[in-house]
Amino acid sequence: MTATTAPAAYPSTTFRTCPETGLRVDAKAEALIKANAVVAVVFLALGGFFGILVALTRWPAVHLLPAEWFYLALTAHGADVLLFWIIFFEVALLYFASALLLNCRLAAPRWGWVAFVLMVVGALMANVAVLQGDSSVMFTSYVPMQAAPHFYLGLILFAVGTLIACFIFFGTLVIAKEEGTYEGSIPLVTFGAMTAAIIAVFTLASGAIILIPTFLWSIGLISNIDTVTYKLVWWGMGHSSQQVNVSAHVSVWYAIAALVLGAKPLSEKVSRTAFLLYILFLQLACAHHMLVEPGISSEWKIFNTSYALYLAVLGSMIHGMSIPGAVEAAQRRRGFDHGVFEWLRKAPWGNPAFAGMFMSLVLFGFLGGISGVVLGTEQINLLMHNTLYVPGHFHATVVAGTTLAFMALTYIVVPLLFRRELVFKRLAQWQPYLFAIGVAGISLFMMGAGTLGVARRHWDITFADATLKFEYPQSAFLMMGLNGIFALIAFLGGAIFVVVVVGSILFGKPRNAAAIEANPVVLANGGTIAHYGGEDTLKLPGTLTLVAVFFLSFILYYYVNWKYLSEVWPLS
Amino acid sequence: MAIRSPEKRIWWNEPLQKKEIVWIAIAFLWGLTMFATMIVWHVIGQQNLSNEAYRITSDDYSNRTEAMAAKYKIREEGDTGIPVVHPPAGSEVYMLARLWEWWPILELEKGQSYRLHLSSLDWQHGFSLQPTNINIQVHPGYEMVLTITPSEAGEFGVVCNEYCGIGHHTMVGKIYVVDKK
Repeated sequence: MTATTAPAAYPSTTFRTCPETGLRVDAKAEALIKANAVVAVVFLALGGFFGILVALTRWPAVHLLPAEWFYLALTAHGADVLLFWIIFFEVALLYFASALLLNCRLAAPRWGWVAFVLMVVGALMANVAVLQGDSSVMFTSYVPMQAAPHFYLGLILFAVGTLIACFIFFGTLVIAKEEGTYEGSIPLVTFGAMTAAIIAVFTLASGAIILIPTFLWSIGLISNIDTVTYKLVWWGMGHSSQQVNVSAHVSVWYAIAALVLGAKPLSEKVSRTAFLLYILFLQLACAHHMLVEPGISSEWKIFNTSYALYLAVLGSMIHGMSIPGAVEAAQRRRGFDHGVFEWLRKAPWGNPAFAGMFMSLVLFGFLGGISGVVLGTEQINLLMHNTLYVPGHFHATVVAGTTLAFMALTYIVVPLLFRRELVFKRLAQWQPYLFAIGVAGISLFMMGAGTLGVARRHWDITFADATLKFEYPQSAFLMMGLNGIFALIAFLGGAIFVVVVVGSILFGKPRNAAAIEANPVVLANGGTIAHYGGEDTLKLPGTLTLVAVFFLSFILYYYVNWKYLSEVWPLS
Repeated sequence: MAIRSPEKRIWWNEPLQKKEIVWIAIAFLWGLTMFATMIVWHVIGQQNLSNEAYRITSDDYSNRTEAMAAKYKIREEGDTGIPVVHPPAGSEVYMLARLWEWWPILELEKGQSYRLHLSSLDWQHGFSLQPTNINIQVHPGYEMVLTITPSEAGEFGVVCNEYCGIGHHTMVGKIYVVDKK
């Protein structure tokens, strides 16, 4: 490792050159990335713990927690994994995609620590509020249900910290441009991260517009908040932040494909345009949560819920071809060129980074993507709104998609940035499979239960304490039992991840030159591969087959749900 | 290389592959098809949610609901004291949500249409009609009016599927659908 110093104007900046990727690494950026990533994993562990309590309570045969604790655990689960784990990791990702990928110093590292402290304090404050028991308002905290003031204040502090991190990212892009630390355009992964950061600013602005008045209402300074307006603006934050996740994990897919296989986007133009579609249209998604609310016109619903003619869905469908396509092209270059699927069979399935990335891609597309479009269809939504179908859908997107992708990247981050060898390598190899199978099961069985009408966020679907009785079909109970079993598998996968990562950081062997040679985590020379040759020479029969299967499943499932809809009571 | 700057500085002039163009075109057309399907369903479909809604006060709404219940009450449900109300076909039918009940119990006739009014007196609730599986959000201060036509006879549960506090899971209502008399 060699240390070089920055331009004279910034004598305090020190760089090392990464022996594996050749990237120039700013020590201050590196420290911030490590801090944010470690805290992210802590919140993943905490949120995962609450998650298994929730799943075991919803398993009718187990019914673990009493009602009060169930609603408390569900609120904590949502906040800790959907907000804190994912966003801490994304902040690390923003610093990585700017300072590291651009060989640049990080803008205003002191502000990076201010952001970090605000986020940690905010996240802890919200957790304390929830654990005190008077803020079991769920992740969505719909008014007029009220949480303790420090619940909202915690979220506001967390959001302010995140906003600062976004601006550090933008500042770093500016510095890199001015100091000429890269040539030409920014890399695709940085471009994707920029997409995420731009959407994040919109998201955080929506959050401020709704959370600040709600905080003032909780301390008695505002008397009333309109419930429909609250939902609309809250989802401007709540759903848009999921689009931040999509942009972030799509960037991670590209990054892992590049680092592990040297995959190169089929076309920079196509991939960047697809990201641009996210910026332009994803924000309309708050309409997904307004489809069965009073007093909203059908025209508004149709335009917004479809992201204006499904243009953001188009973006995802483009990535859905260009990422497996890039993997296939890279594999064929490496000689796995026989038949339709040799490239996929001979892919590095024993490398948890690749395995996690590819399963994340497939599960996000097939389970999360298709179910999301169906759920967000104006009329079909009334079959599924607030049933378990909704968490079924978003566990496929943010757990099988985002979380699994971030876990996969972590298997590269630990050796490269923490300079440690992984402990329990064999367990680490199995981890993505356990987690993916578990989460796929959770998603499918919750969607199944939702299709049978089972309510989400519900402690007792036997209605034992209710005055009037109702019985869900027996198949719904079977679904909830299977959901519990697969939740255990996912929990095991998540626990192994935490053990491997924390164990490696604390006790892993230092990653020295011998280790790098014996156990490379990125392709030689940081994954730089020779030029593919003319783009027209690319053959991608495997990817085309996968895309065709995806497309047919999509059409079939979409119209099956219209059929279901046509069978319910006529209403207008 | 997705983690390095594009190989060619002028990457936006590189020609696209035919297969990519074809897939983008197919995906775009599929988007248009799904968009059109929602519009077409407004013309040919029978399940389109009403946009009719009013801002109201909870007192006003509860008075109207009680008046309807008093007028058309036919019996009480077992020993619960909850009225079962049989309003005439085609009439204005009210159901209110409050912590933690749906009130009153309705008895409707199969194949007849009713203008169903929904609102909440306190927090948000979720009207989840089971097992037919119709799910509608119910807000305080807003009255939603939709026309429903029960297409099958039987006993239907109204589960609350918007979390509404510690008694949420006990909030169950009922709608009876009987054959035309």
